[in-house]
Amino acid sequence: MTSKAKDIREIVAPFKGIPGATIPVLQAVQNVYGYLPEETFPIIEEEMGIPSSKAYGVATFYAQFRLSPVGKHIVKLCDGTACHVKGSQTLLSSLRDHLGLKDFDSTEDGAFTLEIVACLGCCSLAPVMMIDDVTYGNLTIEKMKDIIESVRKEGDD
Amino acid sequence: MSRTIVRIGYASCGIAAGAKDVLSVVERRMKKGSRKVQLQKTGCIGICFDEPIVEVINDLGQWTYRKVDPARMERIYDEHVLGGVPVYEWTVGELSTDGKKAEKPVFEHQRRIALRNTGVIDPESIEAYLERQGYKALEKVIREMNPDSVIKEIMDSGLRGRGGAGFPTGLKWSFCKKAAGDKKYLICNADEGDPGAFMDRNLLEGDPHSVLEGMIIAAHTIGASEGYIYCRAEYPLAIRRLKIAIEQAREKGYLGDSILGTDLSFDIRLKEGAGAFVCGEETALIASIEGERGMPRIRPPFPAEAGLWGKPTNNNNVETYANIPWIILMGAKEFQKFGIKSSRGTKVFSLAGKINRGGLVEVPMGTTLRRIIFEIGGGIPGDRKFKAVQLGGPSGGCIPTHLLDTPVDYESIMAHGAIMGSGGMVVMDENTCMVEIARYFLSFTQNESCGKCTFCRVGTLRMLEILERITRGDGRESDIDELKDLAELIRTSSLCGLGQGAPNPVLTTLKYFENEYHAHIVEKKCPAGACRELTTFIIDEEACRACGLCRKACPSDAIEGKPGVKHVIVQDRCIKCGSCREVCPFDAVGTG
Repeated sequence: MTSKAKDIREIVAPFKGIPGATIPVLQAVQNVYGYLPEETFPIIEEEMGIPSSKAYGVATFYAQFRLSPVGKHIVKLCDGTACHVKGSQTLLSSLRDHLGLKDFDSTEDGAFTLEIVACLGCCSLAPVMMIDDVTYGNLTIEKMKDIIESVRKEGDD
Repeated sequence: MSRTIVRIGYASCGIAAGAKDVLSVVERRMKKGSRKVQLQKTGCIGICFDEPIVEVINDLGQWTYRKVDPARMERIYDEHVLGGVPVYEWTVGELSTDGKKAEKPVFEHQRRIALRNTGVIDPESIEAYLERQGYKALEKVIREMNPDSVIKEIMDSGLRGRGGAGFPTGLKWSFCKKAAGDKKYLICNADEGDPGAFMDRNLLEGDPHSVLEGMIIAAHTIGASEGYIYCRAEYPLAIRRLKIAIEQAREKGYLGDSILGTDLSFDIRLKEGAGAFVCGEETALIASIEGERGMPRIRPPFPAEAGLWGKPTNNNNVETYANIPWIILMGAKEFQKFGIKSSRGTKVFSLAGKINRGGLVEVPMGTTLRRIIFEIGGGIPGDRKFKAVQLGGPSGGCIPTHLLDTPVDYESIMAHGAIMGSGGMVVMDENTCMVEIARYFLSFTQNESCGKCTFCRVGTLRMLEILERITRGDGRESDIDELKDLAELIRTSSLCGLGQGAPNPVLTTLKYFENEYHAHIVEKKCPAGACRELTTFIIDEEACRACGLCRKACPSDAIEGKPGVKHVIVQDRCIKCGSCREVCPFDAVGTG
């Protein structure tokens, strides 16, 4: 057994026998890895008796779950209604350009993964984005680029 | 002078605006030995546009400071906290100690029932909640009332579900109480999914115990022994504060076995959503708690008879529960005093979009949209014209200028094609394109459709494709009729509210702004200048005063000009963001 598989088994074990635990157990694995490694599903099947097909069906249904690794920082650009009317689409195209994203949502150097989210609930500060756990409001294109660069630098230190 | 309280609005919005740095200043200053100062972190008081907010309270009164940064905080600390003299230039308006009277119209037309403690108490302290009559309603229910009298009180109050559908709460409880079964469940729907809505987030971040107390009262009334709060994962602070509140309530004996020494047992578990809008629908939410894909089920049977794990289940929204303790303590008659017709009490709205004072407001039902948007919300920034207000999120609709005097009650809003919804109000001005907004909502519902019903899954995609081509300038004359046909089919052939309501944004924009659709389809123009393919920004030579503001604002360096030389937009560098139009003080930027 790979060490990753062993680790995942340890994360999964406490959820054994709890009714309706599919989503919490997937959340617990993703909290550690940032995504759901392939090994997750057979382990959940063995440990919890939930068929892989079912857990995979749940994982692909909910927007929160990712099936591929993510960058060091996750940028959640809000496209809720308030952000939308305040120009989030322009921010999005500038941000993709700035990060050099083409077909994928992660930068080649693995520094950033971009996600579009429906609403962060900070509508009065629209347009808004969240990087990791920090929310930034009243964005302009310039301000957004500055924030991205300062986050990038923080990581270098 | 006795002690001085310094309160900092420490909800997600305040933190995003920089409250953390302000807090550090106060903490550092307090360490230097001013023991008469007490620091409180509260939820959001609602004036989010002025965040970070700091309040200073002493024997002489209560002052609210706006847009506080660390430098302002230092001076406020020196002059007001230590010196006793308020820094008037930064205050919002003086509230009297009972929190009712305010000089600013922001609070003048508001009446806070659900938000009675939000922004006032420390949400992480059960003592602070207890000081404000917290858990007194629960005690009253247990010692002086029986389940039937509780249901009667709630029915008499006229409280209707605040999640949007407006079903009478007392009636819902009575169904679940009557349902046969030894095991019953209670759910609090905190999966606030409407984009542009943040009422429940603020309530949970600002006063989680009021929601818990409402739930415990409901559990006692219907006979439920287990409860779930289903909260979206996008609200990490709300989840953290709920966890703290649940733990505190257990320690004090309000949750768990033999609550307040009775044989009542009830406990609450927190479930984090995983990002699916459809889980706001109660049967989809139940499926999600059970660990399934969040797909709605056919009703009947209703959850009151067969809900979570097939057992009778009562499900209410966050705000509905938060109203319960107030109604029990103050009485149905007091609650009835607010509101009009069949909509009683107050409603919390989140005001956002093109509005001067965005934030959270709680007003009596029946307050007009005009009052909420213009008197409380301060109208539209930059003297631009109001165009519409969007109510009810992706299942709601856009209400135009000539209907601004509509009172906000369930039936009046519905009569105009929108829905009350959970309380999101997004204001749009003349620069917002209504066709593009319809496209935006359709792309949202298309994306969030669970896929169960064909018309919702495929029909919304067909509608979206039509709207996309209209906003691109490829619209056809037949498109409007086709949109209307599809809308009717989707509305009548979908199982749940997501599909049934999905066409509403299109139908209301067609109803009130059909001319904009025609402009896109026939003239290939976007009157609002929002659809990129159809818009060219041009600076009017006559009106331009060469002030340079647009040149500075342009993110793509597409504007050329110097002081004294009229400015010009270089079209092949223009990304059509409209920043130049937003900043121009002379209305010189137009669209062609």
